[in-house]
Amino acid sequence: MIPKKRTILLAFYFGLLLLPIYWMLNMSLRTNADILSVLTLYPTDPTLVNYIKIFTDASWYSGYINSMIYVAMNTTISLTVALPAAYAFSRYRFVGDKQIFFWLLTNRMAPAAVFLLPFFQLYSTLGLIDTHIAVALAHCLFNVPLAVWILEGFMSGIPREIDETAFIDGYSLPRFFITVFIPLIRAGVGVTAFFCFMFSWVELLFARTLTVTNAKPIGAIMTRTISATGLDWGLMAAAGVLTIVPGALVIWFVRNHMAKGFALGRV
Amino acid sequence: MEKWDNNKAWFLVLPVFAIVAFSAVIPLMTVVNYSVQDIFGPGQRVFVGAEWFKATLADRRLHEALWRQFLFSGLVLLIEMPLGVMIALAMPKRGWGVSFSLVTLALPLLIPWNVIGTIWLIFTRPDIGLFGSIINSMGIAFDHTASPLDAWITLMLMEVWHWTPLVALLAYAGLRAIPEVYYQAAKIDGASAWATFRYIQLPKMRGVLTIALLLRFMDSFLIYAEPFVLTGGGPGNSTTFLSIYLVKLAVGQFDLGPAAAFSIIYFLIVLALCFVFYQVLQNVGRGEKA
Repeated sequence: MIPKKRTILLAFYFGLLLLPIYWMLNMSLRTNADILSVLTLYPTDPTLVNYIKIFTDASWYSGYINSMIYVAMNTTISLTVALPAAYAFSRYRFVGDKQIFFWLLTNRMAPAAVFLLPFFQLYSTLGLIDTHIAVALAHCLFNVPLAVWILEGFMSGIPREIDETAFIDGYSLPRFFITVFIPLIRAGVGVTAFFCFMFSWVELLFARTLTVTNAKPIGAIMTRTISATGLDWGLMAAAGVLTIVPGALVIWFVRNHMAKGFALGRV
Repeated sequence: MEKWDNNKAWFLVLPVFAIVAFSAVIPLMTVVNYSVQDIFGPGQRVFVGAEWFKATLADRRLHEALWRQFLFSGLVLLIEMPLGVMIALAMPKRGWGVSFSLVTLALPLLIPWNVIGTIWLIFTRPDIGLFGSIINSMGIAFDHTASPLDAWITLMLMEVWHWTPLVALLAYAGLRAIPEVYYQAAKIDGASAWATFRYIQLPKMRGVLTIALLLRFMDSFLIYAEPFVLTGGGPGNSTTFLSIYLVKLAVGQFDLGPAAAFSIIYFLIVLALCFVFYQVLQNVGRGEKA
């Protein structure tokens, strides 16, 4: 049977995929002295000391809270502004619609490094440096265009007769949009939220530049701690493992919609 | 689909317009402003015209970074696209294996980019890494901090590990969207597995594969955090890609003028490429509907 050979190769690939993550997990369960003295395939003397350090030290665990706050803010802002705009792009023809749509997409393709210095100056002028909202707004640069793009794909899949019938029935546009239309594309809203979460969660260049201490993301704390106290591989690995957890949880919740969402949407 | 003509739709786009203008147009104006001035400190600046642009275009290190960037993105696409499609073809179509495969594939995509670098740093170091120590115990000296070739191999491995799942997920979604009747027809015609792939699956996946190609090209062209953590652009300048060089120039040396001119050139390159891609994308969409 051919499928058997296929399955074995696939299993082999998944093994390779998980190996580096496993290796970090392995490191996170050992002390630094242990890591540097012997190379073992699994922790012979597993310890949670690295995790305990992270959960009891505010300078560590606050990084997770900061990251989650600005990711949540960014996802909310992106969806709120992108929903009406995506509706406009999918339903109406208006002056400059194609140009605006293209201009939005160029921002998704802009190198983050280009915006680094100006962002720092802009947010310094506004007194927003080291706040969560600064990072959330900066991430809108790439997440809002992406959200418009995906949502427009989902909305164009809904026949326009539905809108027309609702308007004849006396629905106003806002009421129709909130009570009828958004429930119809809830899968699309879910997929969009997933991608906004993902790109805001993994981005670090802006998040690191725009924060000092109060809103510092966990990724930046990891690198800063390395330079301050020398290399503690075990601690760094434990912090890395914990950054995977929120993403893994989100994937688990959307796993059944993911394939469908990818096909319908445009990402 | 025929659209309604209505310029009031602008009001619906206004919030997006405002928020993106705030975070894109104002910063871009600042960059343009920097690119034509020499700044000594607060309030001390001299208008220099196109001087920074001339200097930047003649910068040999920039040329090297640009070619390195094209080589990197080209290699990434050559490896990731076929591999992603093969994985998608091998994935189960029903049962618990589907959920398992999807979750496993999506895992690398949701790890912060600097942590990706950290994972591979730990994994490939010759002293504490599994990969590094296995290669070295086979008698091959492997150290990505010393040899440019090893640094490139490590970066490519990391990039393929990180992003092939995205291609696979998109290709899988495209495959799942093909109606069952196509396969039945192929079976009746006695089509081989290769013919089914070449004449049914591949054409039907064209849309998602175009998107995968665009996303992979863009993101590999803008890569920053992973090589920054893993190699820091070294050894030497062997893995200094465009973004890394730009940040070095702007934040490291604080050469605002040249960095701004560089930013604008970088942005224009991406813009030109993405305009071409956008046209291609539109045509692919039209081809599907016809």
